[in-house]
Amino acid sequence: MNEPETPAIEVRNLVKSYAKVNAVNDVSFSVAKGEILGFLGPNGAGKSTTMRILTGYLAANSGSVHICGFSVATQSDQVKRLIGYMPENNPLPEDMRVSEYLYYRGRLKEMSRKQLGHRIDEALELCDLKRVRHRIIGKLSKGFRQRVGIAEAILAEPPVIIMDEPTIGLDPHQILIVRDLIARLRGRMTVIISSHILPEIEMSCDRVLIINSGRIVAQGTPSDLRREILGKSLYDLEVSGPMADLPAFLHGVDTSLSIDVAGDANREGFHAVRLTSSKDEDLGEALLSAFARQGSLRVRSLARAHPTLEDVFLAATRRSWDTVDKSGAAGEAPAAPSNGSNGAQKKAP
Amino acid sequence: MRHFLTILGHEVRMLLVNPSTYIAAVLFLAVMGFVFTSLLNSFSSSVQESSPAFMFFQSYPIPVLFMVPLLTMRCLAEERRLGTIETLLTTPVSTTEVVLGKYSAAYLLYIALWGSTTGFFYLLHSFSDDNHLLDQGPLIGGYAFVAVSGLLFVAVGVFASALSRNQAVAGILSFALLFALLVGVQYLPQVAFLQGENFEGFRSIVEAARIDVHFRDFCRGIIDTRQIFFHLSGTALMLILSILSVEAKLLHS
Repeated sequence: MNEPETPAIEVRNLVKSYAKVNAVNDVSFSVAKGEILGFLGPNGAGKSTTMRILTGYLAANSGSVHICGFSVATQSDQVKRLIGYMPENNPLPEDMRVSEYLYYRGRLKEMSRKQLGHRIDEALELCDLKRVRHRIIGKLSKGFRQRVGIAEAILAEPPVIIMDEPTIGLDPHQILIVRDLIARLRGRMTVIISSHILPEIEMSCDRVLIINSGRIVAQGTPSDLRREILGKSLYDLEVSGPMADLPAFLHGVDTSLSIDVAGDANREGFHAVRLTSSKDEDLGEALLSAFARQGSLRVRSLARAHPTLEDVFLAATRRSWDTVDKSGAAGEAPAAPSNGSNGAQKKAP
Repeated sequence: MRHFLTILGHEVRMLLVNPSTYIAAVLFLAVMGFVFTSLLNSFSSSVQESSPAFMFFQSYPIPVLFMVPLLTMRCLAEERRLGTIETLLTTPVSTTEVVLGKYSAAYLLYIALWGSTTGFFYLLHSFSDDNHLLDQGPLIGGYAFVAVSGLLFVAVGVFASALSRNQAVAGILSFALLFALLVGVQYLPQVAFLQGENFEGFRSIVEAARIDVHFRDFCRGIIDTRQIFFHLSGTALMLILSILSVEAKLLHS
């Protein structure tokens, strides 16, 4: 029904305000078919609101959302058939059995009875819920309930799945299961997940979208974001010897290297030092061979630090708060000229 | 409307597995049984003017005021409190189907509860020799009245449940609305303010909306289409308001 180039989700200039507060402010992005998009942002950033608008549950104030080419505002009936949605906090009826619930939901999603029995088994198997299929949902633990929500979202095999914090409250083993599950959906279904657990997003998502105060502050693959927002490589070094020689020595190895943080000596006389470099390529080998050549500085360990998505997230949200504060100080900035979020990635300052 | 039956089936099932339904049913039958026994007592002690069926159905405000809020206060308030309304409305289901499905399930249960009181009359029929005690006219009229007025009463309860996410508030609200409908309307024409000439028309409207008058007519065998129309249009109004209120809460959330 669609050309392959139609993006699964296309959001243009979306605005939603609650009582004069802009929860979502001019957000635009698109998600290709089969892509897994991670939605990151601090509390109250507008993640859940955006997701609710995508599902057609809430109406936007302005802007447009198209799911597989159908407009959410005018063709919400078709859109609802294309979406599997798991809301925030995963609301479930308390007094139903797991299999009954899935059956009811399947019927609401217009699945035939014949198909449904088979699909329920499959969804239960995928989410590792077979043991609890006859238990009452209200008596299940948080982890099981969460997986019931996920099973429900994937039940009808919709082309687009939207999950608001699917891994909240799961133990590491169950997070692994969910991660495998999402990986299995890759390529077949388009998935949007929001999460606070950053490694989780990093591992399972093709692309990350960081949103703060209703605006997109950064988007791209996790590694792109890291480079873009932090803009440098970091090295952790443990070294002992005359620390005064270290800056000159580092300058001799590579001019871009500088000391970011230098700690005090520990009991064995080693200093923990963090080095930064604007160069992208790994300087580890050059450093190590230079240390070997000279005699006074003894090195115990050297590692290239991998900035986590957490650092990227903190840097990106901090940056956006700075801009918000600045625009606030300069008088009410109109929403229209800030076209930095229009699909293009923001450049690091 | 293909989802209407799915939702109806689900709601009926949920009512049938819910212990509170059975508690409500037992209490209902206990109260109605008490009413029935006491009226039989009064019949055995002295001659009465009206038939037992009429006197039995005359106590209809008691179950209406207490059972209808109990049966309906959950239906939409609970969905909203748990947040399941969000998952429900993100499937290809319309708000109309949801409200109608829940309303119909509550109405079916209401009718089933009243239907179980036929057992009282069966007992009376099998144990009394006096057949004229079991006058069929008021009996059929009474049940017809219950069925027709139940449409409106249950719709009022559903409407109250659509207004609040708190079950208790929904319950009290539905009690208050039903009380106004059953008792308030009865006394409204006697308010001094409305005695003037100018309010003649208004008084006649209120007079026509008196449900106790409808009840008497039904039991006498007068089935007036105007009264049926009153209940049906009131039901439609209440359901439309419920649908609008569910949708309005989404728009302004």
